[in-house]
Amino acid sequence: MGKDILTSLRPAIVMALLFGALLGLGYPLAMTGIGQMLFPAQANGSLLRQEGRVIGSSLIGQNFSEPRYFHPRPSVAGKGYDALASSGSNLGPTSQALTDRVRADVATLHRNTSDLFVPSDLATTSASGLDPHISPEAAFYQLDRVARARNMAPARLRGLITQSIERPLLGFLGEPRVNVLELNRRLDGIGANERP
Amino acid sequence: MTIQGWTLILLFVAMVLMLAKPVGLWLFALYEGRRTPLHALLGPVERGFYRLSGIDPTQEQGWRRYAVHMLIFNAVLLLATYGLLRLQGVLPLNPQGFGAVSEPLAFNTAISFAANTNWQGYAGESTMSNLSQMLALTIHNFLSAATGIALAFALFRGFARRSATGIGNFWADMTRVTLYLLLPLSVVLALFYIASGVPQTLAGSVDVTTLEGARQTIALGPVASQEAIKMLGTNGGGFFNANSAHPFENPTALTNLAQMLSIFLIGAGLTYTFGKAVGNVRQGWAILAAMMTLFLIGVTITYWQEAAGNPILHGLGVAGGNMEGKELRFGIAASALFSVVTTAASCGAVNAMHDSFTAIGGMIPLFNMQLGEVVIGGVGAGIYGFLLFAILAVFVAGLMVGRTPEYVGKKIEAREVKLAVLAIAILPLIILGFTAVASVLPAGLAGPLNKGPHGFSEILYAFTSAVANNGSAFAGLSANTPFYNGMLGVAMWIGRFFIIVPMLAIAGGLAAKRHTPETAGSFPTTGPLWTGLLIGIVLVVGGLTFLPSLALGPIADHLAMVRGQLF
Repeated sequence: MGKDILTSLRPAIVMALLFGALLGLGYPLAMTGIGQMLFPAQANGSLLRQEGRVIGSSLIGQNFSEPRYFHPRPSVAGKGYDALASSGSNLGPTSQALTDRVRADVATLHRNTSDLFVPSDLATTSASGLDPHISPEAAFYQLDRVARARNMAPARLRGLITQSIERPLLGFLGEPRVNVLELNRRLDGIGANERP
Repeated sequence: MTIQGWTLILLFVAMVLMLAKPVGLWLFALYEGRRTPLHALLGPVERGFYRLSGIDPTQEQGWRRYAVHMLIFNAVLLLATYGLLRLQGVLPLNPQGFGAVSEPLAFNTAISFAANTNWQGYAGESTMSNLSQMLALTIHNFLSAATGIALAFALFRGFARRSATGIGNFWADMTRVTLYLLLPLSVVLALFYIASGVPQTLAGSVDVTTLEGARQTIALGPVASQEAIKMLGTNGGGFFNANSAHPFENPTALTNLAQMLSIFLIGAGLTYTFGKAVGNVRQGWAILAAMMTLFLIGVTITYWQEAAGNPILHGLGVAGGNMEGKELRFGIAASALFSVVTTAASCGAVNAMHDSFTAIGGMIPLFNMQLGEVVIGGVGAGIYGFLLFAILAVFVAGLMVGRTPEYVGKKIEAREVKLAVLAIAILPLIILGFTAVASVLPAGLAGPLNKGPHGFSEILYAFTSAVANNGSAFAGLSANTPFYNGMLGVAMWIGRFFIIVPMLAIAGGLAAKRHTPETAGSFPTTGPLWTGLLIGIVLVVGGLTFLPSLALGPIADHLAMVRGQLF
């Protein structure tokens, strides 16, 4: 036993140093170099630019509260969509706090439409708090409000939403979804010069 | 439940079954020390490592030396990580300028990553510098996985060898697995992840101005390189707090599928390697069949419950399944599937918050870990854990027919059964013991976020996850306290190494035995009868031990949910 410990010390320490250099520095730095060369846009966070300014990442949701924008899911990342503090609510199924929060959100949402049910993603927080997507149902649910705020024909807005729906890959990988930031950006792009 | 959801689940199972053989054959080449096509490139690195550290890779080690060398190596890595985390503030590659990690958290994290648990008492994006993520943590992702596979190889040799004293060379096993399997696969996966949108940069964060004119700071870093090995090595420690639910760790449904496959890839392959090693691949298929049966039962229950949703929320006018704590791009099917995959194996990465699952939907991940994570399981740890159950199963079968039990040509005698029971009994002892302590001490009761039975589930889940070396959490628990950092750290260490040592002792004892040829009286360990017996033993041992604790937590929670009672 004692002899085994002694014979193990040199390989243990040298192997830790060698593998540390190879796996802890060589591998991630090589991947960084190759990634930056081959896929610079993705490797730097899939950032979206508008007139030279960075306005967000297509993968990271952001807060929208003005009526003229489509709203994302509720978020508990920091004060909402804080991309330095990803987090879910972690509230369990029998939590009073969860029920109170959902009841308040549903009340706010119902003020704007006559639907009986709220799409489940609009009244629940995502796991990361940074979910960039909402379901197509959740987008259509907000159609009336956005159309009114922008003074836009609902049919035209409906067409825009339909064009923005991303379908599951091969029909079963992923869910039908709408990227909120990209939809709102398209909306801003046409909003200024076209009126019904 | 939808047809689309079931297509995903069944296709996933089919892909795992298809990949088991090729991966198993590759692992078998490494087990035998044969040359692979990658030797042309990496052979000089392997030989250089041996020369610099003074290792003769052909020197056989008995089980005691194998165990001591493995333990000392892991202890050295543990100390190095503790030191790196404590010195983080003065080391380079720290663009956000994070200070030193606190003592209890550094202790907990170093053990956590060394024990292949990757429990995280911290939020990565606000705690760990890029250097800590790369050097202190990623290196454990590789080497704890390589250690697990090496240990499985040692146990295979115990069954396969006849009248032998050695069970292989730890350094050779560990080095070969790292260089010829984990590293090349990680390179391929990392490039795929980067192409799919996972960041890989040394920048710490980027400031943006949102469409509404607010400021958003988005955390970045070398994510993809860590993501690849995090799943492949069933480690599960995320770069960000939200782990694989974070869009930067897991941006699309396709990366999600790749991550789930990575979790099962090596564990499933090792069942085939085992069959090859003992000279009958049907032995391996029988084990994989038992594992996948248990897996499908778990997926069905969780998917069904999550798709059914929470009746309390339905009452408030929220339609559909349970989307609290789930990402829209994955939806309910891929979230339920991921949760069962990650807890069946000892990965512990999450793409949805298990804490917010329905009561029974969240019980399956918990129960998976309580079974000892033998459904595929951690890389290496899954198969050696399952073989301990196989020893119990042949023992039970032997008792029924009154014969000395045999398994793959080795007599299973009192010593093996005692050691197997010792290894298996540690799990419930520590999980239930520590949960009981935490449930009565004020420091423990300060942890849970949720009240009522769900709060108890949070504590039970934490200790189950730690002892089983999973690392996922009912994350509402505030675990970054000296009490939980300490208790969970000890639990993770015991859960990893107190199982490994008896298991290696079994390997050493078996290797020394003579081969017992199969006769007409031998209990066959290949057909459906054997697979059924294995499933039964796993469920009876796990079920009987943990049912009372599950009744206090998730089952009580479910009854409250159905009645609409809130806490």
